[in-house]
Amino acid sequence: MGIILDVIGGLLLIGGASFLVVCGLGLIRMPDLFTRIQAGTKATTLGTLLTLVGATCLRPEWGIELLLIGLFTFFTNPLSSHVLARAAHRSGVRKLSTMKVDRLAEDTGGES
Amino acid sequence: MIINKVRAPIALFAVLFTLWLLLSGTLAIDVLAIGLLVSFAIAFLLRDSSVLYAEPHPTPIAFLAVVLYFFYFLKELVKSNIMVAGIVLTPSMPINPGIVKVRTRLKSRSGRLLLANSITLTPGTLTVELRDEWLYIHWITVESTDIDVVTARIVAGFERYLEVIYG
Repeated sequence: MGIILDVIGGLLLIGGASFLVVCGLGLIRMPDLFTRIQAGTKATTLGTLLTLVGATCLRPEWGIELLLIGLFTFFTNPLSSHVLARAAHRSGVRKLSTMKVDRLAEDTGGES
Repeated sequence: MIINKVRAPIALFAVLFTLWLLLSGTLAIDVLAIGLLVSFAIAFLLRDSSVLYAEPHPTPIAFLAVVLYFFYFLKELVKSNIMVAGIVLTPSMPINPGIVKVRTRLKSRSGRLLLANSITLTPGTLTVELRDEWLYIHWITVESTDIDVVTARIVAGFERYLEVIYG
């Protein structure tokens, strides 16, 4: 039983790490700030989740603490990326972006 | 809303005390007493600003909706993470970014907060601005700019469950 859990946990850790690597790659490859926020802060959610679940399989007695870490990540991660994106949009970074449509800029008259 | 004046601090107290129990991980009487005391003090001090905690309906159907929402959310999370990873790994980078506008039917503040958070957590979409019932969403692969089409595509799935929870 222990061995099976160890193997599953290890595989989940590898899976999580690969998602985080892809996110890092996305951070370099994406063309502008908003798409980089998408790749950098948000695609990490599954990577973090898989890592936490993998760690739970390896150390079941840490389960509750790891669950809490996951919970806090779920509530703070979108907040930070949302605030970054909003501040960037308000301070005019959008002019450098590659966006085809921007309904927010249309509604604020390009000012805000 | 006189009922919310009572329910909100109690809900906040329950949340705080549950977190304390999970974090401390023991049932020793002194640890429990400290937790009770601190949770009660915080809930009492924040009794006027804790309205958000009383907005979910405390009914069995709402509870079922929370569970279903969680599984729907996980499904969307996995699906969209794989999609974004696929985009990053494709040499030609097939992206078409833009900010689209959607409308939500949710009225309560915490319902909208949870909706905006869920949209942001699923990769590919990012809530940039929230104004009344309008959400401005940065979408990495814009498929349409029509408000109704985009709302059905991004918002409707989450909204279906949140409507039951928050009414």
